[in-house]
Amino acid sequence: MTAIRRFTLRSKAALCSLALLALLLVIWQAATLPKTPVATAPTTASKATSAEAAEAAEYAVLMGKAPDPAANGAAVDSVKVTGFPSPAEFAHEAARQLAHPFHDNGPNDKGVGIQLGYSLVRVAAGYAIALLVAVPLGFVIGMSRLAFLAFNPFIQVLKPISPLAWMPIALYTIKSSSASAVFVIFICSVWPMLVNTAFGVAGVRRDWLNVARTLEVAPLRSALLVVLPAAAPTIVTGMRISMGIAWLVIVAAEMLVGGTGIGYFLWNEWNNLSLANVLFSVLLIGLVGMTLDLLFAQLQRKVTYVD
Amino acid sequence: MGNRYQPFDSGSTLGGCSCGRHADQAAHSAATAGAAHDAHDGGSADREAAWCDAVEAAAVRALFPRNAMRRAFIRAVGKSTAIAAVYSVLPIASLQQAFAETKATQLEKRDLNVGFLPITCATPLIAAEPLGFYKEEGLNVTLNKVGGWALVRDRMLNRELDASHMLAPMPLAISLGVGSQPTPTRVATIQNVNGQAIVLALKHKDNRDPRNWKGFRFAIPFDYSMHSFLLRYYLAEHGIDPDRDVQLRVTPPAEMIANLRAGNIDGFLGPDPFNQRAVFDEVGFIHILSKDIWAGHPCCSFSVPDAFVRQNPNAFAALLRANLRAAAYASDVAHRAELSKMIAAPAYLNQPELVIRQVLTGTYADGIGHVHRVADRIDFQPLPWYSMATWMMTQMKRWGYLKGGIDYRSLAQQVFLLTDAENAMKQIGETPPDLAGNGGYQPITVMGRAFDASRPDAYLNGFAIKRA
Repeated sequence: MTAIRRFTLRSKAALCSLALLALLLVIWQAATLPKTPVATAPTTASKATSAEAAEAAEYAVLMGKAPDPAANGAAVDSVKVTGFPSPAEFAHEAARQLAHPFHDNGPNDKGVGIQLGYSLVRVAAGYAIALLVAVPLGFVIGMSRLAFLAFNPFIQVLKPISPLAWMPIALYTIKSSSASAVFVIFICSVWPMLVNTAFGVAGVRRDWLNVARTLEVAPLRSALLVVLPAAAPTIVTGMRISMGIAWLVIVAAEMLVGGTGIGYFLWNEWNNLSLANVLFSVLLIGLVGMTLDLLFAQLQRKVTYVD
Repeated sequence: MGNRYQPFDSGSTLGGCSCGRHADQAAHSAATAGAAHDAHDGGSADREAAWCDAVEAAAVRALFPRNAMRRAFIRAVGKSTAIAAVYSVLPIASLQQAFAETKATQLEKRDLNVGFLPITCATPLIAAEPLGFYKEEGLNVTLNKVGGWALVRDRMLNRELDASHMLAPMPLAISLGVGSQPTPTRVATIQNVNGQAIVLALKHKDNRDPRNWKGFRFAIPFDYSMHSFLLRYYLAEHGIDPDRDVQLRVTPPAEMIANLRAGNIDGFLGPDPFNQRAVFDEVGFIHILSKDIWAGHPCCSFSVPDAFVRQNPNAFAALLRANLRAAAYASDVAHRAELSKMIAAPAYLNQPELVIRQVLTGTYADGIGHVHRVADRIDFQPLPWYSMATWMMTQMKRWGYLKGGIDYRSLAQQVFLLTDAENAMKQIGETPPDLAGNGGYQPITVMGRAFDASRPDAYLNGFAIKRA
């Protein structure tokens, strides 16, 4: 019976989401409707000489307003988009990118699929290092009050520093742009995991620790078999938050470092002032972030327990 | 087939001009001036043959220093006997082979990383890839699109980039330690001359007198750039102090256009194609082309760290030759339309082809209803004249980036590799303009005021507005 109620609740939520999306699309379309064209040609009088008319015609071609006779029928790019794109223009660009997601025309022009791959690999590397540092250190900080008080000032000072501020420091000292990107992901995503692990470990129920001590369990076994499972939900929450931050940071890092990755792809399209492609990249970034979060949600379900 | 210098011909003349085919240097210059610019030879195979011919001709010339004696000998014994006699005396075949071998193992480093920014200034550097000039020199060049000038500097200092597209004053600044660790950096060629413009927001259509621009906000791409120097010079000539009366902001080019659209800035002096893009996107108009401030001013450079030049002299020479070939190709106006299609690709500039075509061909819309035809809106004259370096240093001193006494002459000659560029031009069969004329100090006139490179401090003191 509860299953049916959950199902109805889910379907209601889905309908609400879809309605919200539809509303956003309607607002978007309305906001980007083509404006009534203002008379651009200054020659309003009928006295326009043939030279002026020829100049006006050439001007229109050079401004992308009239079809270009030299383009030999390359009609695709004659659609000139300036300013915020309408949903139709956005869909057109998105379709174009999705048609060849894995194309590779050399180091500066790769398909969206390949770029996402590069970004995910960088995030995985930085995140793995962060995990390896945060969990053990978090354990130590959680279990020892002295360690907590000693490390706390450093954590509090380093935590709020933005990745864009870390980038130049990393580039200057590490001297390799790809290693700098991974370092920046590490340094920004380590804090939630660290703090949450410390919090989870410190909050393990006294009773369980006492029982372990009564049974004369060795400290390492106690840490792995009692403390870790008890703190696991909090640790995984920290991991989930850190993953979100790592994915956020990679885009900023790649915009600076350049070459490959979804951040570079976004920057390259921004350089072309192609807002439709920028929006498409942003949407992709969001969708991948959502997928990563769902994966961690699954993990969280596995370690949750009822107290 | 036969040797192009015809050493065994009883009617030929050996020696005389730099290519060996004309009576003297003057005849050579006359002949090559008339030849088309795309006389780039057919590749390394052709060059191999040329070197073999040269070795043979040189050997014969060594045996017979005077043409009359050589001709008499050939006439006396006949061509085939002459060949046999010479070959029996000199090991010409081994010489040719030795030459070929040293040529093949000459390049110390074949795989090079070259950085560039996606602006039309980098046309020669970029075009050399699809045109095959890098491959012909035996190089495997990877072009890396870099996100900004500071990153170019950092990646070159990290040795991640072997060579890069840079703003022309940057190697001077880096070598002097202004704004970074002092690291000797060299300008191999000037990538382009002209190619910038002052763009204003459309709302300033009727406010084009710079004297009324107090309080304006301008964007420039980098502090140590010709954009910054030219804008400051232009404003100062009209009585505006660029540090006190207006705001100058360092902004990446795409953001210049976005900011112009949003009204955050009143104008910018930026690199093409972003000037034309601002017009195309209907957010601004071109107020003045940079060539109307200083006709033939350097804009961007092709730069290398000094360490690279020292450690890989042959690879550097090959890179230089490829770039000079590309510059010669690009400077020919007949190639501009084709080039604009080439560099508009997403891997390079990633801009609409129509915008780039307007920049390269010089037939452009100015944003306020007129079409202009300016053939040298952008040009590709690669020689890095010392006078350009001296002018840049005076401007750096003028605005307080450099302080204290500067040895202009030695710095200019250290950083700007003019003799290397001239030699490389001769190697590829181009004639460097004005070889012996003024010792590398071409005359410069900026907004009607002549610059005397032999008295830079006097020039500096002649300005009313300065920080020095």
